[in-house]
Amino acid sequence: MTESDILVEVRDLKVHFPIKRGVIFDRTVGHVKAVDGVDLRIARGKTYGLVGESGCGKSTLGRALLQLTPPTSGEVSFDGVELTTLPAGRLRTMRRRMQMIFQDPMSSLDPRQNVESILTEGLQTHGIGGSRDERRKIIGETLDAVGLPRWALSRYPHEFSGGQRQRIGIARALVLGPELIVADEPVSALDVSIQAQVVNLLDELQDSLGLTYLVIAHDLAVVRHISDTIGVMYLGALVEEAPGDRLYTEPLHPYTRALMSAVPVPDPDVEDRRERILLAGDLPSPANPPSGCRFHTRCPWAQPTRCADERPVLREIGASRVACHWAEQIATGELRPHKVSAQITRPAGEGEEPHVVSAPSEPGSYV
Amino acid sequence: MALLDVEDLSVTFARRGQRTVHAVDGVSFSVDAGEVVGLVGESGCGKSVTSLALMGLLPKQPGLRVGGKAVFDGTDLLQLDDRSRRDIRGRDIAMIFQDPLSSLNPVIPIGLQVTEVLTRHRGMKGAAAEKEAAALLDRVGIPDPKRRLKEYPHQLSGGMRQRALIAMAVACQPRLLIADEPTTALDVTIQAQILELLKDLVRDSGTALVMITHDLGVVAGMCDTVNVLYAGRVVETARRRPLFREPRHPYTVGLLGSVPRLDAGRGERLNPIPGSVRDVLPWPDGCAFAPRCARRVDECVGEPPALVLAHDGRSYRCVNPAPAPGTVPTPAATAPVVDDPLASAAAEATASPVPAPREEEKP
Repeated sequence: MTESDILVEVRDLKVHFPIKRGVIFDRTVGHVKAVDGVDLRIARGKTYGLVGESGCGKSTLGRALLQLTPPTSGEVSFDGVELTTLPAGRLRTMRRRMQMIFQDPMSSLDPRQNVESILTEGLQTHGIGGSRDERRKIIGETLDAVGLPRWALSRYPHEFSGGQRQRIGIARALVLGPELIVADEPVSALDVSIQAQVVNLLDELQDSLGLTYLVIAHDLAVVRHISDTIGVMYLGALVEEAPGDRLYTEPLHPYTRALMSAVPVPDPDVEDRRERILLAGDLPSPANPPSGCRFHTRCPWAQPTRCADERPVLREIGASRVACHWAEQIATGELRPHKVSAQITRPAGEGEEPHVVSAPSEPGSYV
Repeated sequence: MALLDVEDLSVTFARRGQRTVHAVDGVSFSVDAGEVVGLVGESGCGKSVTSLALMGLLPKQPGLRVGGKAVFDGTDLLQLDDRSRRDIRGRDIAMIFQDPLSSLNPVIPIGLQVTEVLTRHRGMKGAAAEKEAAALLDRVGIPDPKRRLKEYPHQLSGGMRQRALIAMAVACQPRLLIADEPTTALDVTIQAQILELLKDLVRDSGTALVMITHDLGVVAGMCDTVNVLYAGRVVETARRRPLFREPRHPYTVGLLGSVPRLDAGRGERLNPIPGSVRDVLPWPDGCAFAPRCARRVDECVGEPPALVLAHDGRSYRCVNPAPAPGTVPTPAATAPVVDDPLASAAAEATASPVPAPREEEKP
């Protein structure tokens, strides 16, 4: 991969949100480390898939990449231009080249704007298309590309079905002719049969327009279907990054293994044969992450040395990058998984003993 | 004699000045003791309304009509008065809902919500009830149950809340458990925990389970018998393996073709069903799926397709079903879907990162 093939490069990106306390004086009592040191590179014309459970920081990373959420530190370079230090005006012009598709099309489209107005707004802001007719032409072509009829122009979002609304969202991103599209859970709000239509549409658009995607989703099967490279996030950091096929056949990080084994496959033969690696407990709070390897509290392969006190960095093993001290030993079967009991995790400051409530004597007599 | 026999269940919502909605339109299925039955379909197919109707939880409003029969152990659930229904609900039939946060009372500690069931149906009080509640929470895998009892729903994580809800549902060892999308709101690793828990509960106690879901993967791993719903009717019923191996109804074929699979390669095209769930034909005018169907023929329109009974308990509602493999060469549109599971299952055996011994299929 040469330098010119890289469209986006993220270096040590951090996004920390302060936790405030107090009424008059806002005291910062801590930080939620939503994204805590992520490095990744997205090749031009390829799809980078980002997976992880809710709260792992994948959406924040996508937003920080587009500078919709200002990063705390780190660098994001887009086609050689450093975005984090770019003045607001220049950044705005850059936004034409990088667009976003949101999860819920109903809440990301203005209910009082018709489709034409939704699609024209971006064109006007960026001064694309000199006249109304020219803009109409661009919009018409975009509608064709996403498979919406021309009569859609005068309609409002509520008049469309969920799948069509998502197509409007895609058209809004496409109309500016971007190079990078960040799609945050593009299909999770849709029904299965509609999901497949939208996934196919994203695939076709990439083929015809040469788009670069960053697809953020919790559904591993969807991500695997459309991504060339997949990054797995856990508690604000990448734990493994590999080409899609390799991640599936040879997952190296224990978390990836658990994630892969948890995804239900619509095939009874596969379902009966496979072994589930059940993770105990829940995601720890990102305000108070575990020391060392963030996954060690739930890891079935956790070792008494290194795991709890030394934070693993991403290192290359074959074509993958993995953040685990023991990846090789786990891959060869030298280390065996052991049972982990669930630990109670809760956000900092909420750990107090709850007050005892006196019980009413009769059921249904709650006031 | 089946434990639950639902026959021709129909639910309609009528409102003055508006078209009557046939949410459930003649659904029939049966559940044997200890069996896991799946109701699968997309949003709007009537799967949740079916479960609410069985439990008598539909809001009593003018215009609501529930017809048909639902015989549970000799009593018709739909004919019960509120009093006797309350006796059955929670004791013999229990339900697990999709969103645990909105089905738990936010201002009452978990313990009290669990003991309420015990007090109402098993007459347990005070310390005994509390002890039993702690045992229940422990059974569903909640760590430190004594302390949890005093906590409020917002203090628990999503997975823990769903476990608490399951603890309430199994408190009286019901004979039938209805789970309405029990894992849809949860992350995959938590989903795996909950599904495993449900499987264990069913296996250990012999409870029958009705699993309502849109996720074919969940169905493939859990259900003995699967009912596929479309627009308020069951369009195909089959045992789990035959359904996935040789789906007959074009809608089932389409659903299976739409799901991206973890064991399929990058760039393999999905075969989505064209159109959306809104494009339905009313059942009296023909097959509701006809407007979206790739195998549509003239006979599809005119009158509703009759239920065709095939061998070993299979049935489908289609005049031009997808041919069973081996009989006629399958048309190109459906071929990859029908052939795929077998081929990739073989590949899976060698490629899977975590091979595991094969389990016997439940009788």
